[in-house]
Amino acid sequence: MALGQSISRVESKSKVTGQTDYVMNMTVPGMLHVKILRSTVPHGIIKSIDKSDAEEIPGVVKVVTGEDLKDFDINYYYGPAFRDQPVLAMDKVRYVGDPVAAVIAESVEIAAEAVNYIDVEYEEMEPVFDVLDSMKEDAPIVHDKVRPAGSFADLKSLLPQSGSNVCLHYKLRHGDIDKGFEEADHIFEDTFTTPAAVHLPMEQHVAIAQIDSEERMNLWTANQSPSFVRSEVAHVLKYPENKVRVKVPYLGGGFGTKLYVKIEALTAVLALIVKQPVKLALTMEEVFLTLTKHATVFTMKTGVTNDGKIVARKCNVVWDTGSYADIGPRITQKSGFTAAGPYDIPNVHIDSYCVYTNNAPAGAFRGFGVPQLVWAYESQMDIIASKMGWDPLEFRKAQVLTEGKEHATGQIIHSVGLDKVLDKLDTSLEWKDYHTNRTNGSVTQEGRKIRAKGMAIGLKAVLTPSISGAIVTMFADGSVSVYSSTVDMGQGSDTILGQIAAEELGLPREKVRVVHPDTDVTPYDTITAASRSTFYMGNAIQKAAEDVKNQLFEFASEHFQVNSDALTLQDEQVYVIDDPAKSITIKDIIKGIYKMPAGSIIGKYVFESHYESPDPETGQSKDIAIFWFPGGTGVEIEVDIDTGKIDIVNMVSVGDVGKAINPFNVHQQLYGAAVMQIGQALFEECKYDHGQMINSSMSDYKVPSFKDLPDHSDTIIVEEPHPEGPFGAKGVGETASFGVQPAIANALYNALGVRIKDMPFTPERVLRAIKESEKEQESSLVGSTVEIKGEK
Amino acid sequence: MKKQVNFILNGKSVSAEVAPHETLLDLLRNDFGLGGAKETCGLGLCGVCTIIVSGVPVSGCLHFASSIDGEEILTIEGMETEEGLHPVQEAFLNNKAFQCGYCTPGMILMAKKLLEENANPSVEEIKDYMAGNICRCASYGQIIEAINEASKLLQQEKAGLNA
Ligand code: FES
Ligand code: FES
Repeated sequence: MALGQSISRVESKSKVTGQTDYVMNMTVPGMLHVKILRSTVPHGIIKSIDKSDAEEIPGVVKVVTGEDLKDFDINYYYGPAFRDQPVLAMDKVRYVGDPVAAVIAESVEIAAEAVNYIDVEYEEMEPVFDVLDSMKEDAPIVHDKVRPAGSFADLKSLLPQSGSNVCLHYKLRHGDIDKGFEEADHIFEDTFTTPAAVHLPMEQHVAIAQIDSEERMNLWTANQSPSFVRSEVAHVLKYPENKVRVKVPYLGGGFGTKLYVKIEALTAVLALIVKQPVKLALTMEEVFLTLTKHATVFTMKTGVTNDGKIVARKCNVVWDTGSYADIGPRITQKSGFTAAGPYDIPNVHIDSYCVYTNNAPAGAFRGFGVPQLVWAYESQMDIIASKMGWDPLEFRKAQVLTEGKEHATGQIIHSVGLDKVLDKLDTSLEWKDYHTNRTNGSVTQEGRKIRAKGMAIGLKAVLTPSISGAIVTMFADGSVSVYSSTVDMGQGSDTILGQIAAEELGLPREKVRVVHPDTDVTPYDTITAASRSTFYMGNAIQKAAEDVKNQLFEFASEHFQVNSDALTLQDEQVYVIDDPAKSITIKDIIKGIYKMPAGSIIGKYVFESHYESPDPETGQSKDIAIFWFPGGTGVEIEVDIDTGKIDIVNMVSVGDVGKAINPFNVHQQLYGAAVMQIGQALFEECKYDHGQMINSSMSDYKVPSFKDLPDHSDTIIVEEPHPEGPFGAKGVGETASFGVQPAIANALYNALGVRIKDMPFTPERVLRAIKESEKEQESSLVGSTVEIKGEK
Repeated sequence: MKKQVNFILNGKSVSAEVAPHETLLDLLRNDFGLGGAKETCGLGLCGVCTIIVSGVPVSGCLHFASSIDGEEILTIEGMETEEGLHPVQEAFLNNKAFQCGYCTPGMILMAKKLLEENANPSVEEIKDYMAGNICRCASYGQIIEAINEASKLLQQEKAGLNA
């Protein structure tokens, strides 16, 4: 039995001996190296580029600019939602960091040196950095015109845009919002913001491109979406897809920044131009500028009745997608529709806007926009509960979505264990006791340090629609290879997907090997992201393995003269269920089929989700997500009232994963996602000065280290099986990322009575909030804009 | 101007011609094909490039190759011997103390040094000592457990040797 066991990662030994294959370690004979010259102005026209000095440096093979690309019959623009991003800046730059020229040289050092000898003259244009300013009618326009890419079914409703920086406006209308607010006894309105942040996987973006003797483009890249890279690079090069081969070994982390095309189009085009293999490895400083997490401004207005029901909620979410849309439009829509929270609310009105600015591009970041939303709605849940004198846990329980209830999108919710997640938070935090005694003993003070607890829950819809294909091949000796384009970036997919195949075929895990993504041999898969692989790829593999099993049964049923359903596969043998003495080994079956001890049995399956596109005006759909997955976080914090510093004493992460295929890996994913969020809650923020990111290095931008860990932490698995999941499994990679920030903010409120609505909660910000609340108490103002009906 | 350096690399005598600006990390990666240590921050702040020079862990990304003449260099590739994995590697393996594995070589070398200085560290001591090694996958909890186990394994080994 492979299922439900905490098998070690198959590549474990290579990881402790430093032997794991990463693209960063790869070389190809005759390989040249690339360094990029990046824009120093946020918005401008390129007047001229003088590269002559750079090209004279010995060892420099060529310097390529956007202008040079015009000599080649290629498409200059790429992108998953809109094809708005040029391979190299064409005439115009849109952010500080935009690639303007590429130096190809014999060594990294020479290329880096030569970059300094390129002269660029810009005519600066007025930039726009503030996302709300960027929505105004007279704002400078970042893209004169953008065209939808048409690569993904869920984005087919995108329209060409011009004359506005708003590249997508997603709308959800559910019930009657005006009537809802009329029915409310109290109305709360708050605005919450999040800053841009960065992923910083320890391995930077890196790719190697090589044209082979058949004039095919070969790419090795640290990327989470090899199938997309193949089709998008084929589009750029105007090649058929079968002339592009993309291979991905292990990744040194991804977290979303290695999705879609990042440096692959440029690397491929440069190899095409110099007709020699080239390698492009970004530095960490460049990783900061390549992709960020969307900064957001979220205004939420909520109407509640005196008996504790939310009757109306209006959400206005603005996403700063930076200079290129990347996957921002999908985030704006797919996370946008969850903005009202995991609650049963009859009247919901959501506007979600994806907006260009002259900041660095923003895209997918573990959680895909959901953490920014949970931060707002779960902070407001506590604001309301506190104002109304309700227990925040009970307030949540009173409206949480449970089996059979209708989500604001119109979909009926199934298999979401939100109530169980709340119960686990309740018991693990000893919440009832804590809350009852909060004014008499459970919020404790020791010296100048105060301890208090907080919680939050969130719900995400998996990326739908999407596709995963898999091939499972059984060889004559009974060993099996699984061909899948899922990328193992540390989450352990090679191990888990192999467990699924082994389980289906009754094999020990060691007999199954998962082949790394190679688009020549592994079938199409949408992406490795969105906590989708266990479900989508797991399904494809389970069914491809079933296909193999059926072929074995076909032979065995003839052999034993019984029906296939009278057979079972166990311990590498097929048995007749009612007469287990009748059995035949897998090897003998294959020998029987091919009349020799050779050959292979091939199973295949392409798993596609069902889906109903949302109505463009109301966002309503009966089938918007194939599954939903909830998570919750509980914390106890200690805040120093003199310094404003927050320490996390205890952190509990609860995730409903459907079925834990590999429980250890699930715990590790929950813990890892939660710790990552601590950084964003407490100190991570990209700081800009006139469009220039001024802390784009690991010396100025800190991520969580050993010193930032909670004193105690716990991860709790809830298993509410999904009928369509492989063995009931859903996803887990993002689950523990949802609730960390609001849980900390809620605990901070419980400790000090101050409410922070802008992240991160740096000591300065906490201290300022303490000062302000002291002032407010004097003048008896409250934090949230509360409208008490009838008292107006 | 290149300079010749002679040094011991994972137990073997070797020599190399190095440029004045060349880092130890680049030398080991480019000339000796050792890919375990990697450059992440390039600033001496993440520990991914950790290499042990005559018993002292250094950031390979900042350490000049020209300074290693006569030194003994240990990298992750030199940790496994004919008897098998080093106890610290064994403990990382047993505790599954990694996800993507990119930080793991640096973590293991740093932990080895920690346990040489402090055979039985407390959790707080582990956190303090390892604070310069970043794991973006946040396998921190399992790394602490691995170091605890390695501490026991090394002490048992020592007791066995003394007996
Ligand atoms: S790469 Fe040397 S310390 Fe980070
Ligand atoms: S295991 Fe990925 S960085 Fe540590």
